[in-house]
Amino acid sequence: MALQRLWAILAKEIRQLRRDRLTFGMIFGIPMLQIIMFGYAINTDVRQLSAAVADQAGSALSVQLQSQLEASQVLHIVARVDSAASLQQLLDRGQVHVGVLIPPDFERRLQQSARPAVQLLVDGSDPIILASVQRLLNMRLGMDTAAQLEPVGQLFEVRNFYNPERRSAVFVVPGLIGVILTMTMVMFTAVAIVRERERGNLELLINTPVSSLELMLGKVLPYILIGLVQVTVILLLGAQLFDVPLNGSLLEVYVAALLFIAANLGLGLLISTLVGTQFQAIQMAFFFFLPSILLSGFMFPFDGMPRAARLIAELLPLTHFIRLIRGLMLRGVELVQLWPDVLALLGFFLLSMTLAVLRFRKRLD
Amino acid sequence: MIGVANEAAEVGDLAIEARGLSRRFGDLVAVSGLDLQVPRGMVYGFLGPNGSGKSTTIRLLCGLLLPSAGSARVLGHEVPGDAERLRHKIGYMTQRFSLYEDMTVLENLDFIARIYGLSRMLRQQRIQEALQQYQLGELARQFAGRLSGGQRQRLSLAAATLHRPQLLLLDEPTSAVDPQSRRDFWEALFALVEQGTTILVSTHYMDEAERCHRLAILDRGVLVADGAPLQLMADIDCAVVLVESAVPRAVQRALSGLDSVRSITQLGMRQRVLLPRSVEQPAEQVRRLLHAASIKALCHDTTPSLEDVFVAVTQSGRGKASGSELRP
Repeated sequence: MALQRLWAILAKEIRQLRRDRLTFGMIFGIPMLQIIMFGYAINTDVRQLSAAVADQAGSALSVQLQSQLEASQVLHIVARVDSAASLQQLLDRGQVHVGVLIPPDFERRLQQSARPAVQLLVDGSDPIILASVQRLLNMRLGMDTAAQLEPVGQLFEVRNFYNPERRSAVFVVPGLIGVILTMTMVMFTAVAIVRERERGNLELLINTPVSSLELMLGKVLPYILIGLVQVTVILLLGAQLFDVPLNGSLLEVYVAALLFIAANLGLGLLISTLVGTQFQAIQMAFFFFLPSILLSGFMFPFDGMPRAARLIAELLPLTHFIRLIRGLMLRGVELVQLWPDVLALLGFFLLSMTLAVLRFRKRLD
Repeated sequence: MIGVANEAAEVGDLAIEARGLSRRFGDLVAVSGLDLQVPRGMVYGFLGPNGSGKSTTIRLLCGLLLPSAGSARVLGHEVPGDAERLRHKIGYMTQRFSLYEDMTVLENLDFIARIYGLSRMLRQQRIQEALQQYQLGELARQFAGRLSGGQRQRLSLAAATLHRPQLLLLDEPTSAVDPQSRRDFWEALFALVEQGTTILVSTHYMDEAERCHRLAILDRGVLVADGAPLQLMADIDCAVVLVESAVPRAVQRALSGLDSVRSITQLGMRQRVLLPRSVEQPAEQVRRLLHAASIKALCHDTTPSLEDVFVAVTQSGRGKASGSELRP
């Protein structure tokens, strides 16, 4: 081993690295992004879970209970309804994670040990949310009124919706469809165009009458099919190996997947118009993948994140797809009930595709 | 609108006309104030060293690059404004092999034929013709990536001509090809010209340049000479002296640096010495110079070759004389 040669290679490597601005940026970008996301955005001790209350007792004590629930910081009451059915509806749509049902005989129940006074209807598909709600079970109702009787029975009863057996596979597998599609679809398309540029095929292609739109659509369509095959594989494996339920319509699951695939492909094409090499395309796709997996609600509950992180997450297609797919598969709702997320994915597709087609020039400069 | 495909060229009918075409990349001026007239129905050559602006000019002419200044009219279409409609009428062969290496010869041809919107019948007919004409029949099911340099060039040319373009732009098509394949390739080009195609071809081979009907010599983005090869050789403003000696390196040392010597090119034991045309009795002059340096050598006048023209015009800008004096 000759030190001079070793040094020659080492120095060359550093010189080349410095000139690859994207890679150089990743050296600092990745740790910063990771630290910030894990440190600030990720919080498994979730507070301020969105909740809805149906207060059928309407008494001073039930009002006090609500303010005490909010004071606990575990729940953040965003809606008040009057029936259990309305609570269920809000839960189904994913608008709240917890429903607090205070029955008309709330105060009488407080005095009886036989039945819990209040029902907490919890979206238990996410085990972290369920664990957070369970901290409420230790809460005692503060009695500062003239009613001198100490409650004897249990205050809360938790009813675990959507995942009564608390199996994490049930919760993870639907989201995994989204994660796998993000990983593969963005990268496939980003690389597809850049590969032609790198190999020199593109210079020939752009000198033919082929239009930008023809080229882009032709590149994207095969991958839509591949994406749908992937969805099918995950659904089959999830059902066979982990008994993941499909409570909604299979057709709607595919519609949601189709929208999500399209959004990711659009993004992949956009990336391909921004970079010069396949390696850069993969780097960019990875840069996008990281926040997607951490902020979308796939790994950590959305409610636990600070506002800024949630705003960023709203810009990621995976966030919307995770809401759709969990709604469809676990809560068994219909797609129309989740229309804001459907629109978000559609908008994302149209925007990224338009930008990609506009940015793609049939020129070399 | 000019002409119809595959018609014989009318006199004075230009396939390409460029006025003051320029292109800058940052500080680098790749092409500078290029005026160009390429008549129809001929092979027009771009001769120049690497980096002289040949590729950039070709890309400007087919609208792949936007000019920094100037304009061009190709087959009656303004470029780059009307480049999309031009694309149906031109064929372009990139310097680098740009078909799909992981597809077979047949698949590549079929793909290109579809891209140009040829009907099913036309596709089959043209592809069969191309396989035959370019001796690709036996290679039809081979992957393009496995072809030799010469086979790739034939495939590229076959693909570039499937839609019967009126104008072919070929960017150093033979740079990775053996001499026999180059000869075959040029035969194919002349066959295309016979059918009325205009061909613009860039090269840095002198023998290829000599085969062109007309030639433009580019040097650092500037057109320094153009005309028919024979005319360029006749118009050269240099005299050429052939020196034969046993000590060519000594000859080189004795002559270089002299104001009256423009360049010296060694060919084995012989040297071609370029002197300004104003020098009287050039062979005698060289003999005297060498005698003064006590070198024995045979010196006699010879007729200029295209390489002498090339050396003369590309060096004039760098060294002593002023540029473009060769232009007719």
